[in-house]
Amino acid sequence: MSPAGVQNRLDKDRLEVGIKHKSYRAASGGSLHVLGELAFSLSAGEVAALVGPSGCGKTTLLRILAGLDRDFEGSVKLPAHGTLGMVFQEPRLLPWRTVEQNVRLAAPRATDSALDALFQTLGLTAHRALYPGELSLGLARRVALARAFAVEPDLLLLDEPFVSLDDALAARLREELAELVNRRPITTLLVTHNVDEAIGLADRLLLLSASPARVLAEMPVKRPRTVQAPEELAAMHDEIARRINQAHL
Amino acid sequence: MNLALRLVSLVLFIAAWYAGSQLAGPRLLPDPQTVALAIVNEARSGALAFNLGVTLARVAVAFFIAMLIGAAIGLIMGRSRVADRLGDPWLIVLLNLPALVIIVLAYVWAGLTETAAILAVALNKLPIATVTVREGARSLDRALDDMAQVFRMGTWTRMRHVVIPQLAPYLAAAARSGLSLVWKIVLIVELLGRPNGVGFEIGVAFQLFDVTRILAYALAFIAVMLAIETLLVQPLERHVARWRPKPA
Repeated sequence: MSPAGVQNRLDKDRLEVGIKHKSYRAASGGSLHVLGELAFSLSAGEVAALVGPSGCGKTTLLRILAGLDRDFEGSVKLPAHGTLGMVFQEPRLLPWRTVEQNVRLAAPRATDSALDALFQTLGLTAHRALYPGELSLGLARRVALARAFAVEPDLLLLDEPFVSLDDALAARLREELAELVNRRPITTLLVTHNVDEAIGLADRLLLLSASPARVLAEMPVKRPRTVQAPEELAAMHDEIARRINQAHL
Repeated sequence: MNLALRLVSLVLFIAAWYAGSQLAGPRLLPDPQTVALAIVNEARSGALAFNLGVTLARVAVAFFIAMLIGAAIGLIMGRSRVADRLGDPWLIVLLNLPALVIIVLAYVWAGLTETAAILAVALNKLPIATVTVREGARSLDRALDDMAQVFRMGTWTRMRHVVIPQLAPYLAAAARSGLSLVWKIVLIVELLGRPNGVGFEIGVAFQLFDVTRILAYALAFIAVMLAIETLLVQPLERHVARWRPKPA
């Protein structure tokens, strides 16, 4: 995704987020202020990572963007047709449908050849006819990825998609995800605790404060990442980690 | 092993029956051969098949009406607090209304007709299906709901692939208990106001004090219901549960 190509896209393909306020009613009465003034936008094809302390309202933000929570002040404008692909923190597959049925039910218009390619990339070809109960967590997460990509989304929302996988497996899945995103640019918002994951996948990092969340800083990631010196990456990692710690305090 | 135990159980039952008939005398409790012979005779004349068929048809129609409407109401009540509050008193009334009251009122209001008979049976079964399915609808997984919404699944897809599979155990429980309840009530309905069916035959036999015939019809009908259970209900349950990991 060349920067020029990204800029040439029409405005209607942008994601515009302008949340003013979001609070929950707490069970004890009272209200819980989760999101503060939170504004940012993503141009078409851009991948942004939301990084912030746990409990800062990242999942709430994703739920608002996904249209699952409409009880907030402010506005959200989804790109173009607003077709969403989402990977939740858990795989959220239908246990009574096979891997292939799970993907096809979410993406009824996906062609056979597109699905074949997707299953190939994610190493799921041998597992198409299995039920989710027969899969390891790593495989189930792959299926969730396949489902999100199969709908050819205008906006891809990833909520800590690799949490609770071992490092090696998470790294491999991250590479597969990068490959999918590079193949056809998709406007993507990735929520993560993992700074390396954020640097590895995103064009831009959005640092969130502790709850009520607002954007503390935006940091562009230099592209292409592969030619960056390891020291440079390490320095960036330290810088981000430092700022997250500050946000925590 | 399983089959052997079942056979032992069956043999014990027949032995107890035989002993009982020796004690009570053939007028009160005819022995197994006499009843078996009566079944054969009824089958030869064609009366058995006709009456079983008529009763079975009533069971089937009443069962499906009650399941369909009962499950639909249960689903709505489980999902909507307003519907639950509105419908709950009605449900409690229907649950506690004796079957006999519903049957008699149906016959009084709608005449001694097939419609009245089937309606009365369905109304007896409906609240139980509703209560069971409502419980299932309350425990539907919000996470899967969200997933279906994010991926813009249509109403039919959601129903068929997300909601109904979650309700399957509740539907199965409602169907199981419902089937046995429905056929018992159908017999009463037939006894009170129908000119045919197993219930009618048993009514006639009762007036003639013909215990042999009562047992013959009862046993024949139980056999039919057992066949439905093993050949229809159990395979269906296995099919619905095919995705569950098998216990080791």
